[in-house]
Amino acid sequence: MRAPDHPVMSKGDVLLAVENVSLRFGGVKALTDVSFDIRKSEIRAIIGPNGAGKTSMLNCINGFYYPTEGRITFKGVKRPKMRPYVAARGGIARTFQNVALFKSMSTLDNIMAGRSIKMRSNFFWQLFRHGPAMKEEIEHRRFVEEIIDFLEIQHIRKTPVGRLPYGLQKRVELGRALAMEPELLLLDEPMAGMNLEEKEDMSRFILEVNQQYGTTIALIEHDMGVVMDLSDRVVVLEYGRKIADGTPAEVKGDQRVIDAYLGVAH
Amino acid sequence: MTTASDARADTFPKLLVRNARVRPNRTAFRHKDLGIWQSWTWSEAHEIVRAYASGLQSLGLKRGGKIAIIGYNRPYLYWTIAAAQWLGAVPIPVYADSVAEEMAYVLAHAEVTHAAVQDQEQVDKLLSVSDQLPQLEHVLYDEQKGLRDYDHSRLHAIQSVVEEGRVRLADAQEAENIERSLQDGKGSELAIILYTSGTTGRPKGVMLTSDAVIAAAEIGCDFDKLNETDEIMAYLPIAWVGDHIFSYAQAFLAGLCVNCPESPETVADDRREIGATYVFAPPRIFESMLTLTMVRIEDASALKRRMFHYFIQHANKVGEKILNREPGIGAWDRFLWKLGNVLVYAPLRNRFGMTRVKVGYTAGEAIGPEIFRFYRSIGVNLKQLYGQTEASVYITMQPDGEIRADTVGRPAPQVEIRIADNGEVLYRSPGIFVGYYKDEEKTAETKTPDGFVHSGDAGFFDSNGHLKIIDRAKDVGKMRDGSLFPPKYVENKLKFYPNIKEAVCFGDGRDHVAAFINIDLVAVSNWAERNGVTYASYQELAGHPRVYDMIEKHVDEVNRSLASEPRMGGAQIRRFLILHKELDADDGELTRTQKVRRGFIAERYAPLIQALYDGSTEADISTEVTFEDGRKGVISARVKIRDMKLYPASHTTSLPEAAE
Repeated sequence: MRAPDHPVMSKGDVLLAVENVSLRFGGVKALTDVSFDIRKSEIRAIIGPNGAGKTSMLNCINGFYYPTEGRITFKGVKRPKMRPYVAARGGIARTFQNVALFKSMSTLDNIMAGRSIKMRSNFFWQLFRHGPAMKEEIEHRRFVEEIIDFLEIQHIRKTPVGRLPYGLQKRVELGRALAMEPELLLLDEPMAGMNLEEKEDMSRFILEVNQQYGTTIALIEHDMGVVMDLSDRVVVLEYGRKIADGTPAEVKGDQRVIDAYLGVAH
Repeated sequence: MTTASDARADTFPKLLVRNARVRPNRTAFRHKDLGIWQSWTWSEAHEIVRAYASGLQSLGLKRGGKIAIIGYNRPYLYWTIAAAQWLGAVPIPVYADSVAEEMAYVLAHAEVTHAAVQDQEQVDKLLSVSDQLPQLEHVLYDEQKGLRDYDHSRLHAIQSVVEEGRVRLADAQEAENIERSLQDGKGSELAIILYTSGTTGRPKGVMLTSDAVIAAAEIGCDFDKLNETDEIMAYLPIAWVGDHIFSYAQAFLAGLCVNCPESPETVADDRREIGATYVFAPPRIFESMLTLTMVRIEDASALKRRMFHYFIQHANKVGEKILNREPGIGAWDRFLWKLGNVLVYAPLRNRFGMTRVKVGYTAGEAIGPEIFRFYRSIGVNLKQLYGQTEASVYITMQPDGEIRADTVGRPAPQVEIRIADNGEVLYRSPGIFVGYYKDEEKTAETKTPDGFVHSGDAGFFDSNGHLKIIDRAKDVGKMRDGSLFPPKYVENKLKFYPNIKEAVCFGDGRDHVAAFINIDLVAVSNWAERNGVTYASYQELAGHPRVYDMIEKHVDEVNRSLASEPRMGGAQIRRFLILHKELDADDGELTRTQKVRRGFIAERYAPLIQALYDGSTEADISTEVTFEDGRKGVISARVKIRDMKLYPASHTTSLPEAAE
């Protein structure tokens, strides 16, 4: 996957910064004064008990919600209020907690759909699949085939995704996100509902995406084993507030995290 | 005879050179990658293998050296075999799915210094056991994925080794050098060591010479008239002798094209795209294809479903006879089959990827007769063969027009077979192995002084001269009068009846054969309902006189069939009883894979066995059983015993020996 054209960032720079973000729905506080950053080429995990605000945080990052207070800067630029597809063009891709694919379309078409953001030829040419559109489609197809090979889903290339088992659908969804060649990949519970073997496969893919293409990854996950193994840094939310932030080892030893997970009398 | 015209081509690299000369622009290998079939011609394959050989030489692979090959079917892995043979080194393919420990054993035993593997998974496995493999110097890989950040001091991409070889070959001295390596190779030298997966004990390394492998490949090519226009799908483990003969040896000999699938899961689709003409698969693959079809058809529209069932039924009736070109098929039946071919059979064959199949083989284990017949009835020329690693596959084959589900065919050309006194099949052919690597003792046990090999299987020739395999030789017992007693064979005959779920036969060292029978509750209760037999429990149903009458009929038929077969007459069942409870894995009577544990059962039901042999007509038994929730209980019953009428053995004729 190609590196972005501008501005050039190297490993370790802050790619995305969340500063004092709060999110309210009427009187309900989903997020309160949360700050953390995501650095270039790291795997950043967001964890916390149910209802801690993890998915809300992800939704803020990819522009689905706009924070009530605070600000989010991506590549050094403060994010205005935007639609998700603008965020997508900016290099942020995501997968969803509940698989959100086009059920009746094939694996190949679903991943190609992720490519549409990169299509340059106009609607007219695409309509006839001729001239520049054809050339472009071949290029995109090649890229998509590489993803299919990468995720080892050749055998379901032409299967409608609605017919696939859950674990494979998750994989296709990851494929579609990768097709966008994102700089920042947001994964919302990529391993929910998977068996051990599927989890191992998925972990392998996530690590490889990160290592081979240098893609920055932010993920929400409940399986602590996976989180501790995969991530470079972990941020812990509880009731919409950040309660810890650091390496897996640091977070694991934090008393507030232990309390949040084991439950303590408030 | 392809090689007769080219007497010098006595090794596979020499055959490759010949192919590059005779058919340079024919496609030799294909591999589907990124959704597209990539192909290489014979001349390209030759150029790569030659450069690869030189590259391997620069990495220190020498004549007599050993190189392991681990991975799924990939052109570069097949070329590794050829390149190693070019240098006079011995390739050792290893099962890709074996765990690291097994792999370590084989690699250490074979003393490999190099390994060519498919991908990161295999590299990781080797690295995890590297402390057990001090001799392993270099590891080569085909797929880069995930290996970027590995320490590359002993790790190389195969492509880069080939590239290195190309650079070296630019030097005239080097080119002459590699030519000399090629010419130094002799047919009598080791071509390959294949480790048998070894169901018992450690794997054994079967050493085969180029002469043997080429001779075996010739048998197959001549038998089924394979030539350069044939296409084969290479998808079975490369460490298995079948794949080595079909996808490597015969391809090099006949010049046919080897197609490597995209991934193990895409084989069926890939085969359809390629239109393979020569197919090989173990029975379970044919079985699962059929099951999948039957399941899918139930989801089809009513019209399609009815059409399918109607024509499949018709095919069942006449399809096989039409394929065998037997006379006596009416014009109407022929017409219906043709119509069915257009509407059902041809689309089915297309689904299976068998539209262009000239001949398909199944081997390895017994295939269910109904499955075998199904494929033949829809026009797939499916055959069985019987082979072993030690024979470079071919022992017996089924000639066109003599195909039966229950035999494995006649001795293959140039193969001599003889049956030992204990029923064991022995064979001798140009394809047999030199010996087991570093295991003189086993070699001596397996090979007779006059060059015959013990197959370990027991069998006999039927009246048509077809070999029938009945059991593992070590399981075949002898009765007191000296006649053979193959328990599994008799039990399988009994289990052929839907009413009989399980059978256990005794007779080793006894005067006559006796059997325990388990009725199949589903089939028998269905029968009981239709015939007005009332019962309250399994036990009551099992002991019902009318059930006994029905089972007696089955046993009688089995006896009659045994009497009609050579040397099987003595194994007729004299007395039987129906067990009062189902044999169950929870009670340790069956293995978890539902195989009968004969010894354990004999001990547990000792009073019943005693009754079977002392002439009593009834016996009491109480056994402890384990219920599904883990509680234990005791079942006791009085079990009746029936006596059977025996048939005179009709076949006392001597056996056709050493049939040519």
